[in-house]
Amino acid sequence: MSEFDPGEVPSIASMTDQVRPVPLGMAVTAVHFLGDTAHFIGAEENVAVVSAEGEVSQTPVHGGAILCSACDGERIVMGGDDGKLVALNAKGEVSTLATDPKRRWIDTVALHPDGAVAWSVGKTAFVRPAKGEEKSFDAPSTVGGLAFAPKGLRLAIAHYGGATLWFPNMAAKPEFLEWAGSHHAVTFSPDNKFLVTAMHEPALHGWRLADNRHMRMSGYPGRVRSMSWSAGGKGLATSGAETVIIWPFTSKDGPMGKQPGMLAPLQARVAVVACHPKDDILAAGYGDGTVLMVRIEDGAEILLRPNKGAAISALAWNAKGTLLAFADEDGDGGLLAF
Amino acid sequence: MPEPSSQKIPVTVLTGYLGAGKTTLLNRILSENHGKKYAVIVNEFGEIGIDNDLIIGADEEVFEMNNGCICCTVRGDLVRIMDGLMKRKGKFDAIIVETTGLADPAPVAQTFFVDEDVQKNARLDAVVTVADAKWLSDRLKDAPEAKNQIAFADVIVLNKTDLVSKPELAEVEARIRGINPYAKLHRTERCKVELADVLERGAFDLDRILDIEPDFLEADEHDHDHDHDHHHHGHDHHHHDHGHGLKHYHDEDMQSLSLRTDKPLDPTKFMPWLQNLVATEGQKILRSKGILAFAGDDDRYVFQGVHMMLEGDHQRQWREDEPRESRLVFIGRELPEQAIRDGFERCIVS
Repeated sequence: MSEFDPGEVPSIASMTDQVRPVPLGMAVTAVHFLGDTAHFIGAEENVAVVSAEGEVSQTPVHGGAILCSACDGERIVMGGDDGKLVALNAKGEVSTLATDPKRRWIDTVALHPDGAVAWSVGKTAFVRPAKGEEKSFDAPSTVGGLAFAPKGLRLAIAHYGGATLWFPNMAAKPEFLEWAGSHHAVTFSPDNKFLVTAMHEPALHGWRLADNRHMRMSGYPGRVRSMSWSAGGKGLATSGAETVIIWPFTSKDGPMGKQPGMLAPLQARVAVVACHPKDDILAAGYGDGTVLMVRIEDGAEILLRPNKGAAISALAWNAKGTLLAFADEDGDGGLLAF
Repeated sequence: MPEPSSQKIPVTVLTGYLGAGKTTLLNRILSENHGKKYAVIVNEFGEIGIDNDLIIGADEEVFEMNNGCICCTVRGDLVRIMDGLMKRKGKFDAIIVETTGLADPAPVAQTFFVDEDVQKNARLDAVVTVADAKWLSDRLKDAPEAKNQIAFADVIVLNKTDLVSKPELAEVEARIRGINPYAKLHRTERCKVELADVLERGAFDLDRILDIEPDFLEADEHDHDHDHDHHHHGHDHHHHDHGHGLKHYHDEDMQSLSLRTDKPLDPTKFMPWLQNLVATEGQKILRSKGILAFAGDDDRYVFQGVHMMLEGDHQRQWREDEPRESRLVFIGRELPEQAIRDGFERCIVS
């Protein structure tokens, strides 16, 4: 457990002058890295591809809103309200992976490191393994989120009333993890021991997968829209409060019976969090436009963007942890090299 | 930061029992030359002929919120759809949500009250119910959904009036008024209604609670005088001939109840009473509205509610030329009228 004591923090350091401003000219909802190239996902139609040198080019990917996106480092896969599932690779090649025959929305998408892709349309979750045939599963209600387990071809499907664990290549009946309420985003802990969902109400729910023991993580003033595992899966950093809430997952009981860490308090709601892939550092974007870099151990902060402009909507590190990209809802982006 | 309500996208909820003419009204709205773009959320996606660029198929999934209140239900699919639609901000001016014929409008309305993200971007404009003049009277007897839709409505489009005789029409109107005397009622053939009568109504706008509902006042008098004649709609050009000799129907299980006093209310008594009332009887109370004059308060207080959810605010100063009186309306099922009246009386400063 780490506890934040604002009294010990020295006046805030700033690296705002080292951020390369990236004007994107479109509303942005997410950012992913393919190598050292940042890909800002527009709210509609386009991806803005930004090189480490700050050159921006636009790639059209959808004929309408881009509803969801996921990245495995090799490609970005996006679902749209045009009923298409589209992939974009580092060469800038766009390919259509699936088209809904009724042009229904592709609501959620997830990628597996081995090349499998999963997506959902309404109540139906689809999986296409890297090799083998496509399979589908009908959830009891609309799919809120999808996540692949870190090991094996196993998919978690969040929906109303809980989450379902499905092995698409096995005949066994999917396992239903019940918890009342509507479950949206879902994530496995990197050690494959816990499953956590962000609920429609301002709370997370977790299951310890060994015995399906419940973990309630509540106290948020707002809905949790962003979750990020810290390096090595030691903690789960989340948005939804005026501080970054980071739940400890180092013990076999996960966060049960423990207080979360509360880092980087501001007078604004945390909108997006992104943990550094290797070090115990995270970046947090706020509703007032602030971006901070925070050391998890002691909560020391470095200002990356001051509190002006629109709410931060996109935040990501590259895989090596040498580049950080962020953007706000109005399309003012930034790129920082370490 | 929440956007001012004028910048929020208005949402019209279109309800009505099967076959009443919802799709006809929807197509009329979309085809009229108004220069506006609508995002339309429908249920039978791709199966009905609607000519519009932005049509979204919904699943009509009604979810209970985990806040311990059993009637606090929302449309989970709507939360998701609103989220996606907001990515296309600027591509449309308003949203129309068409529900299935058997749907309860409450979860749709409640979605706009309880979901923070939905509330930030959109505002509920009005619940418009299309009713079939020929069959509504029957449906009110055998279909609780139809009754709910009438009780919940801000605007009722009484359609297919050409298929009924004058006395039949008078009968069905009286039955509607027996349930909901406050909604605007428009008689139509093939849903031919002025768009201004169904869109941009601001029925859930606290500031417009009175402005758009002169029925509210008249109905109140009707109640006060115990005059069981159908109240007259002087403002409504469609209705020249009613108020004369119409029967008043008292619906057995769905009623409206209005309260009024010209004496000031004690806010320390009234607010707990109202909150307790909706907490205990909220399942029965479909809609509630009120304009309140509190003792020692120069501002009007307005509130509205859907089942157990209430929202209220100080609205503006009482004008010199208006009487400082409190008026409340409840529409609901098996309302405990005497208990409500007695409770209200106890909130009056003696």
